[in-house]
Amino acid sequence: MASLRDIKTRINSTKKTSQITKAMEMTSAAKWNRGVMNAKSFVPYMEKIQEVTASIAVGAGGVIHPMLTHRPVKKTGYIVITSDRGLAGAFNSNVIRRVHQTIQSRHKSNDEFAIIAIGRVGRDFFVKRGYNVVLDIIGINDQPSFQEIKDISSTTVGMFSDGTFDELYVYYSHYISAISQEVTEKKLLPLTDLAGSSHKLTSYEFEPNAEEILEVLLPQYAESLIYGALLDSKASEHAARMTAMRNATDNAHELIRGLTLSYNRARQAAITQEITEIVGGAAALE
Amino acid sequence: MKTIKVSVVTPDGPVYESDVEMVSTKAKTGELGILPGHVPMVAPLEIGVVRLKKDGKTEFVAVSGGFLEVRPEKVTVLAQSAEKAEDIDVERALKAKERAEQRMKQQKLEHIDFKRAELALRRAANRLNVAERKF
Repeated sequence: MASLRDIKTRINSTKKTSQITKAMEMTSAAKWNRGVMNAKSFVPYMEKIQEVTASIAVGAGGVIHPMLTHRPVKKTGYIVITSDRGLAGAFNSNVIRRVHQTIQSRHKSNDEFAIIAIGRVGRDFFVKRGYNVVLDIIGINDQPSFQEIKDISSTTVGMFSDGTFDELYVYYSHYISAISQEVTEKKLLPLTDLAGSSHKLTSYEFEPNAEEILEVLLPQYAESLIYGALLDSKASEHAARMTAMRNATDNAHELIRGLTLSYNRARQAAITQEITEIVGGAAALE
Repeated sequence: MKTIKVSVVTPDGPVYESDVEMVSTKAKTGELGILPGHVPMVAPLEIGVVRLKKDGKTEFVAVSGGFLEVRPEKVTVLAQSAEKAEDIDVERALKAKERAEQRMKQQKLEHIDFKRAELALRRAANRLNVAERKF
């Protein structure tokens, strides 16, 4: 049985740990709140641009744009959104596992795909495995602004336009609620499901014409999809970290309870033993 | 006077929302003025200013490109970034302008970074112009 002092030390260190995890839970809760708000304020823009894009792409019938048409797939691009830091439960590993499995089942050689990694954890994983990571960005703010990722999103969309990729997928953790997030795969380019997603189509006049508008609108649309995925993923990340840290704190409390119990037991045993010794000593004198 | 609803939306949230009498701005094809009752239309915008006339006063919003969408009941400006004239951070714009000028000096004319810097310069200059109401 561990000595009284050993148990005391363990109780203290567990207490310290629980204080840290508690603090991390609270910071994550604050970030999570803001993350959800950011994701919400992005919704009007997304809805509007989706509506306009769908109206033009469908309504202008017969317009052919490279971003709207399928081409034979020689190389696939995967955008993988993870976080920069760990301690978020299964948040990162879920996304990474999904991408890893997809790649294994779809591709035979490393030349058939390329990875764009947003977030340190994902980048490190794929670089270590010798996958072809063409672009990575780390150190994104917890409240990312559109400008911050503009470079990477426009480069990525540019890579599709110049034929580096023939299709582009994005993998991220979709935020459902504070306790549930779901890994989502979204086909970004070519944009083929536009028609299905819209409810009400308006027929517009185009200034100067539909082709030229699509030329500017489609890249912007694809970029905003990437940004939307990032915001979604950030909200999930903080929710996941909050839950993970809450579990850690709860576990620490459970541990402390158990340890305190054995501490008290050991203390009681020591006292009982002392009394027995005294009584035994007194009896021997009689 | 008849009015029409206008909203300026960016990925970081709505920037402006109000009923106005007239919207005028610079599209890629030239100056554009929208009054209530305009036919539905979509036009890409230049980096520039959107003027919103309301009760005899005019408000200004700086936009860096994007789109103008006109519907019978509503005008929407979709831009990757936009600020109301009074919300512009002049200091930041000044710094951005300097940075862009620096970069343009270092790069060759056809280089992609040069074009990027040029765009950044135009955005910064536009913000400054709008903030000081010079256009």
